[in-house]
Amino acid sequence: MLELRQVSRLFGGLQALSQVDMTVPANKIVGLIGPNGAGKTTLINNISGLDHPTSGTIHMNGQPIQRAAPHQITRLGIARTYQNIRLFSEMTVLENLLISQHSQGKASALESLIFSGRYRREEQTLRENAAVLLKRFNLEHLAHLRAGTLPYGDQRRLEMARALAINPRLMLLDEPTAGMNPVETHELGTQILRLRDEGMTILVIEHDMSLIHQVCDEVYVLSFGQIIAHGTPEQIKNDTTVIEAYLGREDE
Amino acid sequence: MELLRSIGISEPVLQFMLINAILGLSIYLTLFTGMFSLANAGFMAIGTYTGVILTQQFGLPLWGGLIGGMLLAGLIALPIGLPVLRLRDIYLAIATIGFGEIVRILILNFDPLVSSIVGQPIKMTYGALGISGIPQLTQTWHLVVFLIIISYCIARLHRSRFGRAMAAIRQDEQAAANMGINVVYVKNMVFILSAVLAAAAGVLKAHFARTIDPGDYGFSQAVDILAFAVLGGTTTFVGPIVGGFVLTAMPEILRDFKQYRGIINGVILLLVIVYLPGGLVNPAGWARLWQRLRGKSSFKPVEAETG
Ligand SMILES: Nc1ncnc2c1ncn2[C@@H]1O[C@H](COP(=O)(O)OP(=O)(O)OP(=O)(O)O)[C@@H](O)[C@H]1O
Ligand SMILES: [Mg+2]
Repeated sequence: MLELRQVSRLFGGLQALSQVDMTVPANKIVGLIGPNGAGKTTLINNISGLDHPTSGTIHMNGQPIQRAAPHQITRLGIARTYQNIRLFSEMTVLENLLISQHSQGKASALESLIFSGRYRREEQTLRENAAVLLKRFNLEHLAHLRAGTLPYGDQRRLEMARALAINPRLMLLDEPTAGMNPVETHELGTQILRLRDEGMTILVIEHDMSLIHQVCDEVYVLSFGQIIAHGTPEQIKNDTTVIEAYLGREDE
Repeated sequence: MELLRSIGISEPVLQFMLINAILGLSIYLTLFTGMFSLANAGFMAIGTYTGVILTQQFGLPLWGGLIGGMLLAGLIALPIGLPVLRLRDIYLAIATIGFGEIVRILILNFDPLVSSIVGQPIKMTYGALGISGIPQLTQTWHLVVFLIIISYCIARLHRSRFGRAMAAIRQDEQAAANMGINVVYVKNMVFILSAVLAAAAGVLKAHFARTIDPGDYGFSQAVDILAFAVLGGTTTFVGPIVGGFVLTAMPEILRDFKQYRGIINGVILLLVIVYLPGGLVNPAGWARLWQRLRGKSSFKPVEAETG
């Protein structure tokens, strides 16, 4: 589904990504781990179009996207979440979910002036979709609160819901459990597995090894911008280069 | 009208209030989309001169001049917006001020410039003298109807896909792009709409003020337009309307204070900006101010902290 070939990204003299080859097969959950500053977020930014590779290619279902604008990539069915939550915090929870369905709508602003049939049907559909997601992520009772006022865990789940509202085929999750307690983390793992069972493909950055073991089919390990290992969670756990890369870090 | 006149607001003042409310709405559109553009005075100039030349020199009716002025402003906004809207914040402000100055100077030198191109003397903008004796075509009710239509359109816009995209771009442009919003398209469309609205206000104004000159559309007009929106607030479209009304009416209401009225006007503006940062139309701002005033008047600091 997603193919990265020799993707490199230079920031001045800093090689944030170096000849990364990666494949995310359809309907699989692929993990991406690595020490702080390894280039994981940079990789997701490059796939989602917020940043572009210095060299190399990225293909989504055969289409090259390494030079595409973010909204074009979204329309190809790629959604993402952010390591530092980036909700539209001044808007309500519901509005956040309406906005991310933007590219599913067709009604123009003019149609909203005259309350055209298409406009009303579309607004109805958007709200129905949002209601389903609110329920799924246990956010129904918060629908009309400003997103910025929600507790941290709810904001994280709203980010997931918002990405899902895009109706994507591939989701890029950047540390979705950051700041969550073990119970919440496990719950989110269950949600991720459920998405896969419904046909979603997922690339997830994660520091929490228990989550990696809970959900991932395969794992890539990134260190100083290079892929240093690739395999099943079991293989990665026992890989000596990986253990070396993490040596000196005692939080896993 | 009698009531208005009793507090010093005559019909001409009311007309200026309505025009300034429309101008406030024109910059509201760009501000609401997170664009700090000061190009509105420039587009107002383009629209006004086009409209006036069409009605006065070509004998078109008011609506003809209105459409002509709006059309040309919109057509010019597209090639200006594409490069300029890549800039942000203060850089966008500076670039759009530059645009306004270019427009002003082009209008100032339009006649000799065009004359030298076509090879015979042409008189269209009359340089620094400006155009006078413009036909009196705008009625107060035209302005009222226009303001109501525009307000309705903007209110509906906020409830549409496009309007939600505008708000998303103001809050986080990158996240908005990741949600599938074509940021460049939305920004340019809004820039054009804003230009068209400023042009319309200019055409309508010229046809009751009856004289125009390039000096009317300089930096100070650009800042005045910004002040309408900032004083009124940009959290809802009602803000710029109130801001345009208040800033236009205040000098008239304060007329009895003669030489002090400029000072009082300035002090009120300052007070609002310092104590109501979200503008006049902003319930949260008033609530905060109320809390502060209560906290100060009761001599119990503990209560003030918990409140
Ligand atoms: N826009 C940028 N300009 C310059 N350097 C950058 C930029 N973005 C990231 N970097 C650098 O690239 C490197 C990789 O950063 P990145 O955020 O991708 O790491 P990460 O693996 O996500 O780390 P973490 O686990 O802390 O989130 C870092 O050294 C970072 O400082
Ligand atoms: Mg990161």
